[in-house]
Amino acid sequence: MIFNTLEEIGQKELARQDKYKRRIFCCTSTACLSAGAGQVHTSLDQSVAACKCDEYEAEVVRTGCMGLCSSGPLVRIEEKDQDPILYGNVTTELAPQIVSRHVPMGEVEDEPDRDDQDLSITPHDMLHYRASLRKAGKKAELDKILIPLDIPFFTKQVKVVLNETGLVNPDKIEDYLAHGGYKALAYVLENMTPEEVCDEILGSGLRGRGGAGFPTGMKWNFVRQESTNGKFVVVNGDEGDPGAYMDRTVMEDDPHRVLEGMIICAYAVGSSAGYLYIRGEYPIAIDRIRKAIRDARRRKILGKSVMGTDFGFNADVRIGAGAFVCGEETALIHSVEGKRGMPRMRPPYPSKSGLWDAPTVINNVETMANVPSIINNGAQWYASIGTKKSKGTKVFALAGHLRNTGLIEVPMGITLREIVYDIGGGIQGGRGFKAAQTGGPSGGCIPEEYLDSPVDYESLTKLGSIMGSGGLVIIDDTTKMPDFANYFMDFCVDESCGKCIPCRVGTVQIGKLLDKLIAGDGSPEDLEKLERLCEIVRTTSLCGLGQSAPNPVLSTLKYFRNEYDDLIQQPGTAEGSMD
Amino acid sequence: MTTKKPIKADKEVHPSGDERYLAIDRTMKQFNYEKDSLLEVLNAAQEAFGYLSRDLLIYISTQLKVPMSQVYGVATFYHLFTFEPQGEHNCIICKGTACHVKGADRIIEALSEEFEINAGETTPDGLFSLTIARCLGSCGLAPVIVLNGQVYGKETPEAVRRRAAEVVSFSKEEQTQTMEVG
Repeated sequence: MIFNTLEEIGQKELARQDKYKRRIFCCTSTACLSAGAGQVHTSLDQSVAACKCDEYEAEVVRTGCMGLCSSGPLVRIEEKDQDPILYGNVTTELAPQIVSRHVPMGEVEDEPDRDDQDLSITPHDMLHYRASLRKAGKKAELDKILIPLDIPFFTKQVKVVLNETGLVNPDKIEDYLAHGGYKALAYVLENMTPEEVCDEILGSGLRGRGGAGFPTGMKWNFVRQESTNGKFVVVNGDEGDPGAYMDRTVMEDDPHRVLEGMIICAYAVGSSAGYLYIRGEYPIAIDRIRKAIRDARRRKILGKSVMGTDFGFNADVRIGAGAFVCGEETALIHSVEGKRGMPRMRPPYPSKSGLWDAPTVINNVETMANVPSIINNGAQWYASIGTKKSKGTKVFALAGHLRNTGLIEVPMGITLREIVYDIGGGIQGGRGFKAAQTGGPSGGCIPEEYLDSPVDYESLTKLGSIMGSGGLVIIDDTTKMPDFANYFMDFCVDESCGKCIPCRVGTVQIGKLLDKLIAGDGSPEDLEKLERLCEIVRTTSLCGLGQSAPNPVLSTLKYFRNEYDDLIQQPGTAEGSMD
Repeated sequence: MTTKKPIKADKEVHPSGDERYLAIDRTMKQFNYEKDSLLEVLNAAQEAFGYLSRDLLIYISTQLKVPMSQVYGVATFYHLFTFEPQGEHNCIICKGTACHVKGADRIIEALSEEFEINAGETTPDGLFSLTIARCLGSCGLAPVIVLNGQVYGKETPEAVRRRAAEVVSFSKEEQTQTMEVG
């Protein structure tokens, strides 16, 4: 079994990391990068070099998302036998100060070294920073950017999928192995039959994280029971929802976890080839997954003989070109086949006839990323997290008018109030909460009176919204709901593939009615017409996009009807409403 | 990206004389000219040329032996493909939900006013394109824009307007200077 060598590599990497007295983690995920994390990383690197200390005093590591994106760039310092420290809003000026606070200086000669002159940060700069830090004492500027790690934003989260993001270097397979990576795959290959794997996943209660929430184990079993050869595994990384970036983060920051889940799935269903369908707008995710595949191939984790067993599996990347409807599984299949991404009637379901008419498992990135943890810790452990019908955790991209925004992972069953007020830190600028929008353009708005309902598949559906893939946008009382609903309808008009009439024509007409109402030209009959039309589109569309497109309108009509009524009685109140 | 040996551009010449076709050929070769690879090939073409011209679509159609109608159908279906050359400077405004509630619309308005173009258009002098993105996935920093590949978060309409006007006026000066010299 090849895993012994892999384990050795992991142990070696762990020993290497252990040699360092402290490790400085710099988040280089997309959000932090746009806040300048690239330069901060360089600055940290140069500062450590300028300290002229022993090589093993400090190591600067590029990692993935640490969660609190609104305070990016984030830098975490882990020193042996000490609690980790987190700095937020780090700038290139503050980075050397952080280093000078935590990393000791080596010997520096009085005369500046010639080589040092080319550096933007010299040892003498570092000496200077140390002196001024000492002088400032407790008033140091650095204390202002310290983020306490015991705030509810961190303590209320339960990390399964995001367990290693922010801790491992996503470009290094060794780092993933050092954190117990590919252990689950090795265990599965050695000790479990495909049937047992499917049962384990079924027992864990894991449900599809793409939005619909179909039991994953059941889906796998359907494909496993098909007797044909040439089955496929497709990982859906076409995250088209505006306001959602969970899958991107997992693919960018822990690509091997997705890959491991995918290979386990392939073993369980008896597939030898699979595709990761990634959105074209995510170039970093594409690069990192491709690198992960190359590294896995080199280590014999992918290929004709996975880890030296008879089981062979190959994975490849397919790039999406920006079509929201491709999140729908039959549309995604067409897109992987190089066609227009249009959905088709189901049945037959992809588990019977999918990619090139072969039985196909399609799972979301987050679903796959859950699999290794379930195998490692057992189905019982996973089932102990969450509610009766919704097990485990869910990753949300928390955004909107909140103090803390970013990427969070919470146990199912947590209340929206906890997410908004504890994790999110409440509404920005002391304004009032108006609604929580879940599920993107397919979801709905949940008003304040339902803030105490638990977050799980059934509860959200009952409220007229959906779990969706994990976008969670909180809006304050400055937002006008008809306008907000219109925004989503615009999106659906654009993204409707045009195959079925209710969706193609219906969404346009709903949009027109909303425009008319918002312009103040609406009548009570228009409101009735709007409701009727929404119902028709919801019940008669071919695929999930059309069926759920009216959700934003229906849910705002349900909970914020007064705002629509106001539009009819007091024309023109919603114009230019976005503030 | 998956080819092992880097191909030296000076040794290989494409019959058209345009090196950029080599990137497309490489992708097609990688997929053994399979019809299923159409989307990948279009992606490669868009990356090499920046947009898909009519000639390019015809080239792909003949090479992959896929009817032109199908190539055109697939290319126009997806948002990522453009059929007009982009401006020298490009500003992408994120219109994701988080950016929307934080005022992305006003940024778009400010830029359309400044350059007198609508979203998705390029100025007649070819200097500036205004593009809308569905979601850039940096929702924590909303509203987000990308100006010439550089991402800026927590933006205001005035700041974006100033920034964009600055880069464009710089190019304009350069243009007039070269014209004077020429």
